[in-house]
Amino acid sequence: MCLGIPGEIVEILNDHPDLAMVAVSGVRRAINIGLLENETVAPGDWILIHVGFALSKIDETEAKAALDFLESIGQAYDDEIAALRESMIEQG
Amino acid sequence: MRFVDEYRDADTARALAARITALCEPGRAYKFMEVCGGHTHTIYKHGLEDYLPQAVTLVHGPGCPVCVIPMGRVDDAIHIASQPDVIMTSFGDMMRVPGGTGSFLDAKARGADIRMVYSPLDALKIAKQNPSKRVVFMAIGFETTAPSTAMTVLRAKADGVDNFSVFCNHVTIIPAIKAILDSPDLRLDGFIGPGHVSTVIGCRPYRFIARDYRKPIVVAGFEPLDILQSVHQLLTQLAQDRCEVENQYARVVPWDGNPKALAAISEVMELRPHFEWRGLGFISQSALRMSAAYARHDAERIFRIPGGRVADPTSCQCGEVLKGVLKPWECKVFGTACTPETPIGTCMVSSEGACAAYYNFGRFSRERVKEATRQ
Repeated sequence: MCLGIPGEIVEILNDHPDLAMVAVSGVRRAINIGLLENETVAPGDWILIHVGFALSKIDETEAKAALDFLESIGQAYDDEIAALRESMIEQG
Repeated sequence: MRFVDEYRDADTARALAARITALCEPGRAYKFMEVCGGHTHTIYKHGLEDYLPQAVTLVHGPGCPVCVIPMGRVDDAIHIASQPDVIMTSFGDMMRVPGGTGSFLDAKARGADIRMVYSPLDALKIAKQNPSKRVVFMAIGFETTAPSTAMTVLRAKADGVDNFSVFCNHVTIIPAIKAILDSPDLRLDGFIGPGHVSTVIGCRPYRFIARDYRKPIVVAGFEPLDILQSVHQLLTQLAQDRCEVENQYARVVPWDGNPKALAAISEVMELRPHFEWRGLGFISQSALRMSAAYARHDAERIFRIPGGRVADPTSCQCGEVLKGVLKPWECKVFGTACTPETPIGTCMVSSEGACAAYYNFGRFSRERVKEATRQ
């Protein structure tokens, strides 16, 4: 729950400026990007996600390091991804 | 020494460990506390304690927001969930946390409609899909998750989703650190600062630790090398007789945090006069509640809350573990009566809790345990 998980922006949803489609460990979900301060994001950018919200923009190296960490801790990360898979943040 | 064998940057780690050892004053023991469940994971997973010199001990603080929820609050949430037409929602971590009358899972088995969600936005969607139901989100977490709750409430207000409310249990990290510094139980030499919380609050709020308590603090990342680097920075400060806030995780944590996230929190929530923390007792201004302007979305104003206090089971020593006074394995029920399958205390329930992390990874050397027991 308080794990920050890295995701790659796949698509900016033009109709919903607060949301972006993001790929996280093979799962594609809508994520709220409304908390990114004065930062523009584009497909290919990496963000750190907490419970459906992007809290910071990170670079690819940091994203890789964060994923290594998460994969190393096992169950807690598996649970987070399983929960994300169930997520249905609406695009509207 | 599994860490050295397995870790890809073993050479760098070895060099760092040698530098850490060289910085330790002969005959002096150092105790550093980390207050983030993620750091606890890294330390146990990679056996970092075995790797550090024996003069350096890492103790685990109240860094797991699930673990610090008192049993009475769980009972209050179950009471709300048992009211007519209520759908209670919360994160998966909350489901097995025992209250005085059982957990969410037990209440669900008795017929309450309690659903696990990934995000408060999912709870909001459930409210939109069920206009005849009262959907409550049990919000927990430090400043990492509070902005998400706040943003969701703002969205609920904008969209006029009046059947959505929040049972707010967000806590703030600074008063907890201050309570630990004021506690006579534990003498600390410095702090490894939380990585993700600092993404939101930045580094400035920690300055009192250096200024008023003369302790160094280093905000750290989550890789084994980040932790070792932070220990090195703490020892360097002590060797040079400095006490400062340093940011080892600057690649992610801005010095000023995330102003937009902080603004969302202060728009929707306000500090409570006091809040009970499991193990730490009542701490002034240490938690958030919904402010009056958002009363329509505040479960504590919508429902009658029993607000009872429930004492922890006498066998459970989560309080001591959360304060860093006991190591998980020093608790008398650790790994015997209390396991992740049948948890007695919260530290074993949440995967971010120190006991669960320790139990799952089991990376401790007997020598280290013996040594810790002697202290």
